[in-house]
Amino acid sequence: MKLRRSMMFIPGDNAGMLSNSYIYKPDSVMFDLEDAVSLTEKDSARLLVFNTLKANLYTGIETVVRINGVETPFWEQDLDMAVRGGVEVIRLPKTENVSEVREIEKKLEIIEKNCGRNVGETKIIAAIESAIGVVNSVAIAACTPRMVAIALAGFDYLVDMQTSRSSGSEPELFYARAAVLHAARAAKIDAFDVAYGDVNDEEGFLREVKIAKNLGFNGKSLIHPRQIELLHKAYAPPKEAVDHAEKVIQAAKDAREKGLGVVSLDGKMIDPPVIHEAERVLLLAQNS
Amino acid sequence: MAYDKQRADVYAQEHSLQKFEGVFENSPQLKKKSDKRHRKLLPSLEDAVKASGLCDGGTISFHHAFREGDKVVMQVVKVLSDMGFKNLTIASSSLLNCHDGLVEYIRSGVITRIFTSGLRGELGEAISNGLMDVPVQVHSHGGRVHLIQTREISIDVAFLGVASADEFGNANGSHGELSCGSLGYAKVDAQYAKYVIALTQELVDFPNYPASLSQDEVDAVVATEAVGDPSLISVGAARLTKNPRDLLLARIAASVIENSPSFKDGFSLQTGSGGAATATTIFLGEKMVEKNIKASFALGGITGPIVDLLNKGMIGAIADVQSFDVVAAQSLRDNTAHTEISANEYANASSKGAYVDRVDVVLLSALEVDTAFNVNVLTGSDGVLRGASGGHCDVAAAANLTVIVTPLLRARMPCVVDTVNTVVTPGETVDVVVTDHGIAVNPNNPDLEKRLHDAKLPIMKIEELRDLAIKRAGAPSPIEYTDKVVAVVRYRDGSVVDVVRQVAQ
Repeated sequence: MKLRRSMMFIPGDNAGMLSNSYIYKPDSVMFDLEDAVSLTEKDSARLLVFNTLKANLYTGIETVVRINGVETPFWEQDLDMAVRGGVEVIRLPKTENVSEVREIEKKLEIIEKNCGRNVGETKIIAAIESAIGVVNSVAIAACTPRMVAIALAGFDYLVDMQTSRSSGSEPELFYARAAVLHAARAAKIDAFDVAYGDVNDEEGFLREVKIAKNLGFNGKSLIHPRQIELLHKAYAPPKEAVDHAEKVIQAAKDAREKGLGVVSLDGKMIDPPVIHEAERVLLLAQNS
Repeated sequence: MAYDKQRADVYAQEHSLQKFEGVFENSPQLKKKSDKRHRKLLPSLEDAVKASGLCDGGTISFHHAFREGDKVVMQVVKVLSDMGFKNLTIASSSLLNCHDGLVEYIRSGVITRIFTSGLRGELGEAISNGLMDVPVQVHSHGGRVHLIQTREISIDVAFLGVASADEFGNANGSHGELSCGSLGYAKVDAQYAKYVIALTQELVDFPNYPASLSQDEVDAVVATEAVGDPSLISVGAARLTKNPRDLLLARIAASVIENSPSFKDGFSLQTGSGGAATATTIFLGEKMVEKNIKASFALGGITGPIVDLLNKGMIGAIADVQSFDVVAAQSLRDNTAHTEISANEYANASSKGAYVDRVDVVLLSALEVDTAFNVNVLTGSDGVLRGASGGHCDVAAAANLTVIVTPLLRARMPCVVDTVNTVVTPGETVDVVVTDHGIAVNPNNPDLEKRLHDAKLPIMKIEELRDLAIKRAGAPSPIEYTDKVVAVVRYRDGSVVDVVRQVAQ
């Protein structure tokens, strides 16, 4: 089981941030070659990210590279560099349909073979940033075993929907959130909620974290290191939940040792999903 | 027997005593009733200087309670230069960027010697490049008092900026529109200087209480347009910093303190200023509330978050030698549990009782730390004077737990190194070094190391931190110096702990 609460964005052309952001210990780090990098710096950013990956600075943190979209002239070089650098996950921006994922997959297989990595080793996260992407998210989420998560990206999606961000309950994102989350869960993969743009608005950020957490998202895309601690704290389970989870795990262990097929706690049957949930709670508690 | 003046005179003469010559013979200031109350109030700084009897080669002193907002030093030195003074010694409790203009007066020979706890900016750079013939003496805050008491610093005239004063010299920093808070450093100058001039922008009715500087210490009062700008005092955000690295350092530092044996009810602390220190105070405060652990007192340079803990009842008292922001200055004025103390009470090793002696936990910063845990807070990675000794070595020496907080790298320069450029605080007085990459505990404190290790904090050897810094940034080229000594680093007891040499061009 892997925690994917926080995916911190780092601009691929910012050498300072690339070289030390691991100190903030996000669950995943995303080196961005797309929107954060100007057209004139695409090549230098690619080189910086390649060297960052090779330097093994981000031990224990899932490395993700956001490549440029398949409609650009950059994506193949981005992919080549990222895979050769040893990246764990490719984030595909503005994913609208399965064929885009297939194209990436095909290219990934070639690069993996060429550089001696195991085929299928490089995972994919599809970012959904449009109405059509949301509508197709069920197919996108399930189209390849490489797919480990879906990430909803709010800005482009809301432009596409001809609306804008509100504060409070954010009804404008409700359908997309619910849709991509269902797509992810149906495919048994993870889901990231949108990034929150105002880094100085902790209250607003935490309000949105609460919405995402209650809906069931694994976590959020983050644009500032300061948001990591806030997010992890918000995802920390309460003490009662941790105590209960420990009891469940102990009961499962006792049942296993006694050779019992059925696990029970305080006279109630415990199903495998409950045990799985208890394991998740304890993992969250250990990493909060 | 009737009064016989002659008999008294003969006795006085035979016993080498002074004979009585009339009630005003030795107190002429009382002779003229209309003047006696206003006699100290002089119309200008020039008049006060003339009255002081200052001569070429004399020593003048200042305090730095207004920090970057100070307007006294440059104002006074200009007047002295215009009056033709030469070869003066400046003894300021510290010098900051706002004193860059002194370079000009050093070049023109008005100032030839300096005692200070800090040097920065163009002044630090010029001195590092060999501006002065006589090396600057850099002392700690406690060490300055020691040098004054042993007369190595013999102050002829103290020019002390105050927020308010009455015409008789009762003055403070805490009351007045432009308040700077504690006058902890100035109190020592007022006590030991041969002549004391209080400069104020707010002349108030007699008696002005509290009298941080008392009428029996002050020779002259001068009303001046400006002594300082309190808005420039603040050296650390009163609010929680937004710098993620400072926040990270603060969280680790707070965890170190929380898991140390010193963190128990009734403990005492000094956390200082700056983003990481202020954030540590806030995070530590949360842990104090959570575990209901109250501190007996907080010491030092005082910031808003410390005041906040006092107001919440989590700290019993504040001993304030320097107020680092407006909140602290206001609290000193309004809260009786917040007390002004002198630098002698604060940190002088040779005083009969310094507050630092009773501190459990101190949090301090560093420009560099080496593998022997020695700390440099004075010279930059280029060897140039750009920092301050401050109370660093004073509190480190006396506290039960000294925690140094520093990033591993600053702008690609390692902060954990083999040997620091300049030793200000000897490593034997340092217990823990907290960096953003891990924590190193001084091997002379194995119990603490075990406790922190058991608390699952990221403990590393200091050598591992040094290696990691070099791995990340590369090994820096050594700084090239000439043989000329530009500054002498005095330990708190007055001994010479290190020298700073001129940086080779």
